[in-house]
Amino acid sequence: MAVTSPPKLDARKLRADFPIFEQQIHGKPLAYLDSAVSTHKPRPVLEKLTEFYETSYANVHRGVYTLSERSTAEYEGARQKLAQFVNARSEREIIFVRGATEGLNLVAYAWGLVNLGPGDLVVVTELEHHSNFVPWQYIAGRTGATLKMIRLDDNGELDLSVLDSIAAEGRVKVVANNLVSNALGTINPIEKLSAWAHEQGAIMVVDGAQAAPHKAVDVQALGCDFFAFSAHKMCGPTSVGALWGRLDLLESMEPFNLGGHMIRKVTFEKTTWGEVPAKYEAGTQPIAEAVGFGAAVDYVTAVGLEAIEAHEHELTAYALEKLADVPGIKLYGPPPERRAGIVSFNLGEIHPHDVAQVLDSDGVAIRAGHHCCQPLMHKLGVAATNRASFYLYTLPEEIDRLVDGLHKARKVFA
Amino acid sequence: MSDFYREVILDHYKNPRGHGAMEAPDAQAEGMNPLCGDEVTISVALADDGETIDEVKFEGRGCAISQAATSMLTEMVKGRSAAEVATLPKEELLEEIGIPLTPVRLKCALLGLGVLKVALHRAKGTPLPPEWAGLASELEIS
Repeated sequence: MAVTSPPKLDARKLRADFPIFEQQIHGKPLAYLDSAVSTHKPRPVLEKLTEFYETSYANVHRGVYTLSERSTAEYEGARQKLAQFVNARSEREIIFVRGATEGLNLVAYAWGLVNLGPGDLVVVTELEHHSNFVPWQYIAGRTGATLKMIRLDDNGELDLSVLDSIAAEGRVKVVANNLVSNALGTINPIEKLSAWAHEQGAIMVVDGAQAAPHKAVDVQALGCDFFAFSAHKMCGPTSVGALWGRLDLLESMEPFNLGGHMIRKVTFEKTTWGEVPAKYEAGTQPIAEAVGFGAAVDYVTAVGLEAIEAHEHELTAYALEKLADVPGIKLYGPPPERRAGIVSFNLGEIHPHDVAQVLDSDGVAIRAGHHCCQPLMHKLGVAATNRASFYLYTLPEEIDRLVDGLHKARKVFA
Repeated sequence: MSDFYREVILDHYKNPRGHGAMEAPDAQAEGMNPLCGDEVTISVALADDGETIDEVKFEGRGCAISQAATSMLTEMVKGRSAAEVATLPKEELLEEIGIPLTPVRLKCALLGLGVLKVALHRAKGTPLPPEWAGLASELEIS
């Protein structure tokens, strides 16, 4: 049997595709270690946006003229690419949304408002980003359902031993979890949770914002019912994302946004809804951004999702090893083999804002804050953490510069 | 960077002036920056004239900018009249801090002054000026 070595990518070569790296920050090359919040854009995506606006732009679907047909073909072509990207059964299962947040709100409102009530349980986790937590807390409150939390163990991983006791407390109707935690990088056992959710008769709603850019996603293998992700975290434009949902659910659910394009027939007395996905795409969509999303899918697919995952894994293991040697550092999250390219830490008593400010002066960009995870910060007993996150263009020497900056911060605040 | 964390800021951060609690203060308020978790509580003692700021104490935790700015503030306002400090323009404190601040860090820098203004206006029964009301609500000052 042939032994295949893990696929490799050449980050140094890929960086040449990203114009943002052609500048210096405070006289130093930009070390951008904040890709979990948003990634930079490669030339093929930027060029696609320009080319589309210059040659093919028109509003989609309604025009009978050539340009509108061309624009529609590009827009629907992007939908097809996204369907393939997550292994959907049909491109009709891809809804264009403003981002993962809007996709998750769509499910919470369109499914939750109708299907939840007193005695029902909505199960979220302590690792959720506010985008997959606050909508459920709100819709549970509106409908009289109860919000339940799966807590974390000391490794920053979900404690699944509580599932049976949760199930004993009522009817589990929704399980909401991210595939990859944006704050700790934890890779969550979605397959297990999906199976459990379905045993309870619940839907499984996955926030895929941190996963889709970094590893191959197969919604069939995950076994979930909804999967939301954003273009801007995977080399694409802002203001567009995709919600994948099972067709039968999308067909039976109520609409979310109401207005043009999502209707079948409108009379003064009554309106009937259009077919999925039009039913969920009221108004003029982010057309060029969706086309750019398609170009981003092409780009990361050409680099190779497995190669991206392997590259980030290598960087994470390197970073955890180097950071562990910094005196006073506290690292959060699971061991490298069970986490994505995200490293969260605190440096003694130095406030993360001060750490990030010192690093910025050396051209090193990291995030400092609560990462839209206040319940998790509460659990960790901190107001904020520093977070470095990696992508296909990240180099090991940028992690060295991070470590050097931390030594400098320790000196400044000694 | 050495420009940013000027010696004087680090000095106030590491050796905060007026740090501590106060028994039976004449004015008191607290605030928190929910973005980064900076916390500040300020207590004021007024002189017998009921107007002159006799002593200012603060407790808190957070980033160097928020804590150093509050420490500097306690030195700036001691001996001045409550009415004057209640209308003190923020520029006076920012000049003292003396470093360029991005909008995010500006909120850290103004936390202490916002808390002090709320404390003084409440003690005097005067309304908080509208330009501070927005910040006070953003910084959860009460």
